[in-house]
Amino acid sequence: MRTTRVFFTIAATCMAAVLPANAALKVVGTTGEYSALASQIGGARVSVTTIAKPTEDPHFVDARPSQIVALNRADVLIEGGAELEVGWLPPLLDGSRNPKIAAGAPGRIVASQGIQLLDIPLAADRSQGDTHVAGNPHFMLDPLNAKIVAEHIARVFSALDPAGASLYRTNASAFEAALDAKMKQWTAALAPFNGRQIVTYHPTWRYFGRRFGLKADTFLEPKPGIPPSPPHLAKVMQKMQAENIRVLLVEPYQPRKTAEAVVARTGGVLVDVAQFPGALPGTPTYLDLIDTVVKRVAQALAAK
Amino acid sequence: MRRSTCARIGVALALIVISGAAPARADQQPADPLERLRALEQRVEELKQENDTLRSEIESLRHDFQATPVPAAAPESPEAATTPPVETEATPPPAEPVPAIAEVPAPEPTTIVSGAGGKNFLNLSLDGLVAAGTSTAKDIQALQVGGHDPTQRGFTVQNVETVLEGAVDPYLRGQANIVLQITPEGETSVELEEVYATTSSLPKGLQVKAGQFFTEFGRLNAQHPHSWDFVDQPLVNGRFFGPDGLRSVGARVSWLMPTNFYSEAFLAVQNSQGETASSFRGVPGETLFGREIQQREVASVSDLLITPHYAASFDLSDTETLLVGASAALGPNGTSDHGRTRIYGVDGFWKWKPTNAFRGFPFVKVQGEFMQRRASVGAVDSLAAATFRDRGGYLQVNWGYKAGRIVGLRFDRVSGDRGDPADDALAPRWRISPALTWFPTEFSKLRLQYNYDKRSPFQDDAHSLWLQLEFLLGAHAAHKF
Repeated sequence: MRTTRVFFTIAATCMAAVLPANAALKVVGTTGEYSALASQIGGARVSVTTIAKPTEDPHFVDARPSQIVALNRADVLIEGGAELEVGWLPPLLDGSRNPKIAAGAPGRIVASQGIQLLDIPLAADRSQGDTHVAGNPHFMLDPLNAKIVAEHIARVFSALDPAGASLYRTNASAFEAALDAKMKQWTAALAPFNGRQIVTYHPTWRYFGRRFGLKADTFLEPKPGIPPSPPHLAKVMQKMQAENIRVLLVEPYQPRKTAEAVVARTGGVLVDVAQFPGALPGTPTYLDLIDTVVKRVAQALAAK
Repeated sequence: MRRSTCARIGVALALIVISGAAPARADQQPADPLERLRALEQRVEELKQENDTLRSEIESLRHDFQATPVPAAAPESPEAATTPPVETEATPPPAEPVPAIAEVPAPEPTTIVSGAGGKNFLNLSLDGLVAAGTSTAKDIQALQVGGHDPTQRGFTVQNVETVLEGAVDPYLRGQANIVLQITPEGETSVELEEVYATTSSLPKGLQVKAGQFFTEFGRLNAQHPHSWDFVDQPLVNGRFFGPDGLRSVGARVSWLMPTNFYSEAFLAVQNSQGETASSFRGVPGETLFGREIQQREVASVSDLLITPHYAASFDLSDTETLLVGASAALGPNGTSDHGRTRIYGVDGFWKWKPTNAFRGFPFVKVQGEFMQRRASVGAVDSLAAATFRDRGGYLQVNWGYKAGRIVGLRFDRVSGDRGDPADDALAPRWRISPALTWFPTEFSKLRLQYNYDKRSPFQDDAHSLWLQLEFLLGAHAAHKF
């Protein structure tokens, strides 16, 4: 049975790969939000693959050999660049031997370029946890940063595929206009909770909080990437009760049991959120994702 | 505050105008006036679109400014929001016009160096691997076949590895692994384990590697001890490739085939002498299948070590990946002028990891290798020419049952040599090794392993217990699949 399954998988892969040959640009996104933006801007002219699955921990992704093949054929690679991918992208790039997406090549989009990153540590010191020397890499959760990245993508696509330039331009403008319209709704939805604190597992939601006037500075992790210890959790719960912090955000891959225990003891609300499109039901696009997250957070903050 | 926002928008406008004007000047001017007109039209269209973008940006900024009076939620600087990131290249726009309005000062816009690159021209790391433990065996150094295995009661410095790695230039990447060890006698030894360059941009899926490197035979041989799933090296690797694995100076070319699944062919040509090629020309004075190894020179290419290797991988589902390979190592051996050794191997690796894995856990990994060695030895003195064969393999399962915790089991076996005269070092034996591993973070680990060793009927069974500590300093480790 396994043999037949293997055989069919091989056959299916062979057939699947014949299809995207007619795309003008082959794009690889390291994580889902870049792929979602690339699809939105490139439309039918681009074929997009993603290395990390939307529901898995983006800090720890397997460097599966199939991704070497995708990178070998890619015209464009979109990466965050702020060391989120440092544990798995380098061996894939070494294997890909593709000058089109080498560092500094026109096809290499480093999304964090031109973005002001938060939480840049004063010193490279791992006693402070698994800190990123370049800064907090979860910048795409500020929708205005997504606009910068969309512009970046549209420019690179246009330069590499001039025949599609007007399409890319139109799609990027449409995306930005839609985002601006949504931004008004989101800001309005979260405005009543201005200055409120929320708890998150990891410092993933710093940019989101900053954009929408929420303080997302309390974490279940004592230091980035370090698992929660009972004394630290006790401190967090004490703070939640003392300062009436009731909302705890948890992502699909984070240990839900720990988060559940914290809300059970503090009478808080657990909110399922995600960084990557497709990780929550009904969120194929970036705007859908942020929309869902904003709604869920607003609802939780409103709950009495 | 309002005035400062206006000032920032002004600067942004100026930047956009400049960045927009620059490429226009650089454009070549077509001679045909009609074409020039068309180009001009296009330029106007582009400018119009840029203007629209800018307008929407101003709109959102204004909206932002009015909607969020909280200082902590101050808007981003407009340069960051509107300047095309591509055209800023290495020099990001100056942060100077951003007035300090937020209680949290806005960080300087940073130029991000992507991938593994940092602020230095090379990535530096140091990996320490030390073990402590004991065994019931009287001859622990013969029991443990690996050069980086714990080999004495008490403490062993298994491997202290300094890795220097980086891009040499746009065409080459370089890496050096310099290993320090402390021998059981207390001496510090240095080993240039690997130092090689690989090409980064050859066409047609080709890549060349040259220098001193681990031969890409099977799966485990090319991996460094700190990335192994067990404290020590499998019996078959120790017996066929020697205590330090199969590696030598040479060159390797690999071809990533244009198939739709991962499929890569490798061919390595390396020197065939020394203790890291013990099944081949080896070290004169040592033995191979009971025959003494002689000094033997290289007469032709076939006197070098030739290693073809093929690997293929399939994503069986969203959660399962399979990697399989076949290898051969072909070369002369030092028992006589015409002795030849051929080692053939197959390897497989299967991994399951759910789509919502956290810190890379949970997972199940199954890995196995099987090898066969065939050595033809010439007639020496009273001993006739002969062909000896032996084989061996290992199969291991590792289950990462929760974040940072792994339980593993390995079974190891090597056959006897069926040769003459009987070589004690080549007696049949097997081993079973359960292990528990704990990764507090990805930069450190603790491993406890028990080995039950069953050797020839004349030797007692051996029970060994090893505790291993690994720590990694410096550049973030990135592992191949």
